[in-house]
Amino acid sequence: MGVNMTDAMYVQLLDLACGAFLLTGVLVLWRRELSAIVWLFALQGVALTALIVVLGSWQADLELILVGAGVGALRAGLLPYLMRRALVAGGEGRETQPLVNVATSLVVAAVLAMLAYALSQPLVRLSPTPATQAVPVALTVLLIGFFVLVTRRRALSQLVGFLLMDNAITATAFLTTSGVPLVVELGISLDLLLAVLVLQVLTTRMRAAFGGTDLDELRELHD
Amino acid sequence: MSGVVGAVLQVIVIAVGSPLLVGVMRQVRARLEGRAGAGIAQPWRDLRKLMRKEAIAPHGTGWVFRAAPPLLAGTALVVAAVVPLVTTASPLDGVADLFAVTALLALGSVALALAALDTGTAFGGMGASREMTVLALVEPTILVSIFALSIRVGSTSLGSIVTATVEDPLSVISPVSVLAAVALAIVTIAETGRIPVDNPSTHLELTMIHEAMVLEYAGPDLALIEWASAMRLSVLLGLLASLFFPLGISGASTGALALLVSVIALVVKVTLMGALLAAGEVFMAKLRLFRVPELLAGSFLLALLAVAASFFLA
Repeated sequence: MGVNMTDAMYVQLLDLACGAFLLTGVLVLWRRELSAIVWLFALQGVALTALIVVLGSWQADLELILVGAGVGALRAGLLPYLMRRALVAGGEGRETQPLVNVATSLVVAAVLAMLAYALSQPLVRLSPTPATQAVPVALTVLLIGFFVLVTRRRALSQLVGFLLMDNAITATAFLTTSGVPLVVELGISLDLLLAVLVLQVLTTRMRAAFGGTDLDELRELHD
Repeated sequence: MSGVVGAVLQVIVIAVGSPLLVGVMRQVRARLEGRAGAGIAQPWRDLRKLMRKEAIAPHGTGWVFRAAPPLLAGTALVVAAVVPLVTTASPLDGVADLFAVTALLALGSVALALAALDTGTAFGGMGASREMTVLALVEPTILVSIFALSIRVGSTSLGSIVTATVEDPLSVISPVSVLAAVALAIVTIAETGRIPVDNPSTHLELTMIHEAMVLEYAGPDLALIEWASAMRLSVLLGLLASLFFPLGISGASTGALALLVSVIALVVKVTLMGALLAAGEVFMAKLRLFRVPELLAGSFLLALLAVAASFFLA
């Protein structure tokens, strides 16, 4: 590849991409407007793309860069577009009452970050390169995504939680290995797209049947 | 020697310039709202008017009430002497690191809150309780976010942190600095009582925090508090500028010309940030009081992540 990078610059760009990745994950927890959450998810997709492209150009691996571009097109382009369409059709603009309030969930996120750092230490010790040292960031986003999935009520924010987890798993894969094969990444991406499409159809049907997407109201049987 | 001169200079610049900064911010707001504005020297004119009035204290208040304004102004002046604004080589730098600076700022706030309780009025107590709610999250965030920057340097002295950034300006573009900068910017807004945490230009009992505490003050005492609040705002904005954009700041051994350049750089940076803050306030509404802890918890989380990142990404 034509991109020449010094060591320091590579580490700085990598850390910057990881920082943006983490920040967007935390902000998803912070914001209540669903449209802002979808925007943040798209930004996280951009950060993930940057992460993979930086790794690819450092390893001078064209395939990795192409995979990165594909990941970016899916996670920063197509998925947010689909979610925004579901949002426009739905009309519910806000996450009204999460099971855990926002201030508490931010403090929980701090604890989750500490947990992720503690858990990933054995992984980092295996091969302490700049890329593996960023694994705690990806694990933090994974835990935050799981937390969003568990504590939010709206179908769309739960979907974003699920996608945050998947973003984090992808980031971990690229940070720990020297590149995921194209076929594997393609398989995962298509799975993800299918899941979002199915959930989008499901959300539309739910709204048609029950008039809302508050999943907690679906616990009991109605006539 | 240039350290001493620089420290004296920055105290003078802060003491004289901070009411002007408040004037600039009000003027920016006024122009953006389509008003003519009172001019940037209006805060100084207000202070002069207040200083000429008779000193008066409400019945039943004690020494706590009278001690708060000088204490607030005194801590603000000491912080202005310590924090690297014009020079990184302040002679007080050795005895006052970031913990001391945070403690001094907290001392001023606590003195004012105690004075508000001393008046025994409903508004005073309410303001004090709200101020403590905000302070409980603001102080740890200031500590933790600057601490995140100090890990890279290996010293808690603010002077060394800024010197390290001057030597390697690109180190600011790292997740640690970005997270710490966002956290510190939010708590600066909260600590100085600006929108969206508090509205400095209203006396509506439902929303006011800082204004509720100083409601019983009049005359020279009020002037001292207004002046000290303006100084705290300028010092915190200056600290933010020095930590993340230390362009033009003087080192240990520089000449008179370099110090002059540093003063001009400081004035330009702080004025720009103040104008930006004022312009932002025009487009923003105040947060509901119950949403404020949410904002501050968020900034605390960012500061904590900054510390974590400085340990694990470096």
